[in-house]
Amino acid sequence: MKNTSNTYVDLVGGSPNLRIKGLGQYGIFVAFALICLALSLTTRNFLSWGNLMIVVTQVSINALLAFGVTFVIITGGIDLSLGSMVAVTGVVAASFAHPDTYPVAVPIGMGLLAGLAIGAFNGFVITRSNVPPFIVTLGTMTIGRGLALILSKGRPISNLSDSFNFIGGGQLFGVPMPIFILIILFVLCAILLNKTILGRYMYAIGGNEQAARASGIPLNKIKMVVYTLCGGLAGLAGILLTSRITTGQPNAGAGFELDAIAAAIIGGTSTSGGTGTMAGALIGALLIGVISNGLDLLNVTSYYQEVVMGIIIIGAVVLDSLQHKKK
Amino acid sequence: MTSNQDYILQVRNLTKTFAGIKALNDVQLDLRKGEVHALMGENGAGKSTFMKILSGLETPDSGEISLSGTLLANKTVREAQRSGISMIHQEILAVPELTVAQNIFLGRELTHWLPGWLDNRSINQQAEKLLNHMGATINVRAKMKNLSVAEQQMVEIAKAISNNAQVLIMDEPTSALSYKEVDVLFKLIDELKQKGVAIIYISHKMEEIRQLADTITVLRDGNYIGTYPANELDTHSLINLMVGREINNLFPEASSQAGREVLRIENLTRQDAFSNISFTVHEGEILGIGGLMGAGRTELARAIFGLDRPESGEIYVKGQRIDITSPQQAIRTGIGYVSDDRKGWGFIPELSIKHNLTLASLPAHANGTFIDAKRETESAHKMIRELRIKTAGPDQKIAQLSGGNQQKVVIGKVLLASPSLIILDEPTRGIDVGAKFEIYKLIRQLAADGVAIIVISSELPELIGLSDRILVLEKGKQTALLDKAEASQEMILRYAMPN
Repeated sequence: MKNTSNTYVDLVGGSPNLRIKGLGQYGIFVAFALICLALSLTTRNFLSWGNLMIVVTQVSINALLAFGVTFVIITGGIDLSLGSMVAVTGVVAASFAHPDTYPVAVPIGMGLLAGLAIGAFNGFVITRSNVPPFIVTLGTMTIGRGLALILSKGRPISNLSDSFNFIGGGQLFGVPMPIFILIILFVLCAILLNKTILGRYMYAIGGNEQAARASGIPLNKIKMVVYTLCGGLAGLAGILLTSRITTGQPNAGAGFELDAIAAAIIGGTSTSGGTGTMAGALIGALLIGVISNGLDLLNVTSYYQEVVMGIIIIGAVVLDSLQHKKK
Repeated sequence: MTSNQDYILQVRNLTKTFAGIKALNDVQLDLRKGEVHALMGENGAGKSTFMKILSGLETPDSGEISLSGTLLANKTVREAQRSGISMIHQEILAVPELTVAQNIFLGRELTHWLPGWLDNRSINQQAEKLLNHMGATINVRAKMKNLSVAEQQMVEIAKAISNNAQVLIMDEPTSALSYKEVDVLFKLIDELKQKGVAIIYISHKMEEIRQLADTITVLRDGNYIGTYPANELDTHSLINLMVGREINNLFPEASSQAGREVLRIENLTRQDAFSNISFTVHEGEILGIGGLMGAGRTELARAIFGLDRPESGEIYVKGQRIDITSPQQAIRTGIGYVSDDRKGWGFIPELSIKHNLTLASLPAHANGTFIDAKRETESAHKMIRELRIKTAGPDQKIAQLSGGNQQKVVIGKVLLASPSLIILDEPTRGIDVGAKFEIYKLIRQLAADGVAIIVISSELPELIGLSDRILVLEKGKQTALLDKAEASQEMILRYAMPN
């Protein structure tokens, strides 16, 4: 029997099966390392501390969304409303973040609450109706965009307090704040997925919903929690983005859901549910960030970048399915 | 190779290796025209691989297959079909959204003079003629998905016949059929025999083999054990040949004594499923539930387990009236349920054996919300040992196990939730005879430990062999509650059949 003595793998990616020990997870790490190596050889700046900090900071928002949607996809669902949730929560947070109004905890709390509420709405409709998550969250995506425009009266909300802007723009010990937030949430999400009953139930529901039900797992309760959690993470991403651009933008976040889903899938999460890891989602998000950064450094125009990104997404899934076939 | 006019299909020294393991080793087969030739062996004996090679889904490493004296190089399903070998699959492979006629002619559609232009009228007419000829009354324009399993099977057979099949392979064809439908199938098999079609028949049901087979070939661990005329081999020796060791009594002796009442059902009713069902089960007692397919047995079990809601009637657990509204509540109350549909309701294929085992009892394997991995592993090892699950270890994926071992994992999952009542719905469906025996022993052992048990089974010998009392349902109504002493197959069938 193959065995992993690697506790790192156990903490961050301990999938409930042997997958982690197979090539599936390995492949993406290797690909990531190779791309980093190639970029450090072909560009002058890639490996510089400054550039790396920029890349990870840029990645942090997509990574938070990818963590959330990974939970959802593992249970066999999908969430298309992430981008709109980023806009709504950003606008909500911004409305409470003007200087000399509320302490910084208020905009953070309100933004987070808005995300949790929209996520709970998704979960509620999905569990109370037989409508597929794809359709429900597609609807929520439009509702959310509308809400963001209504709440902001269609205008960006600027003039935010310094303490609020510190969340996305500040530094601690020379490291940007978003990186700390990213690391903390990654650890929390990984623990939740791998070490708790809730996490195990997510895998079970996505793997075989009927068998999960017959094992006494409260399907609706778990799904409710999962969509709410995803909304909460989107809320944090919205706060982070608003703080970084120092404006609550009702048009922000368009298409973010697709990048997040792409990160999850590149990281080995199967869209049919039942498999996936947080480490995979993180690497997926980093991979997307590194490639787009690398193409920038190589002076490739953004038109081509889109094409490259698409090829990578398809390539990742094709590789994954080839591996499954081999088994 | 000796060529004999009587033999339609001859197989010599067939060998197939998967990843260094010999799935088939020098296997032989001589198939006569118009005979039913049973292929027997436990799961993993190589039957499926053998049949896949014959029907062109796999290619052999070495060996010879000749049909009517000509050597075949079976490469694809199409080639196999063209040469006259057709397989009726265990899980029916039809296109549900297409019509019956379209399915029958799938892959060799009739066309007008213009290539690619479908001749739907001829397709429908010919399909109709074919089915009428078989004595089946099926609307050829109906969509496949609207047919019963039995009807779908008829269509598959019609498809094979329209292919001019000389050899028909049937893999567990009755596993989803009711008694009545089985009768129709057996009549059809008889007719096919008359026409000289040779049938290779695979089944775990001894009764069927006794009834149908002319010749029996036994495989064990990929090896050819022998070929015997069916009337020279009694069930006992056949089982011993398959298992390779002596199994004297398939059903272990009852050693348990009924104790206190665990479950009492009074006038339980669920519309269109069952009505006015009343019975009790005691500690250490095995209550069997018999009846035809669709009699409401599974529906009754689901209602007791909280998967469906009954409309009226009462459920008492240990004297306490309880309204069971969900499986969670049923499990908390001490009820366990092993579904008849192992793949659909039993386990999570992506999870390991260990994680499947603990799924219904995770709170007991956790400190608060955090799972205690050590305790989980201990429980898994304990179950693997006690249920004798054959596995590389608790971290192996459950999908890699044989059906019998998967079933043991599902039973283990239920056991880890420490139930005082277990409902087993068709506990040995699709399981080979060796594993069957072990599951029977396990059920008896559980009863001896004081667990109350309900066994639903369509296999009458199993039902009679295991149960202390037998409840018989007919179209959702309770027609008999028999004691072990008075129960016979004839009697159960009489109560199970509509008048």
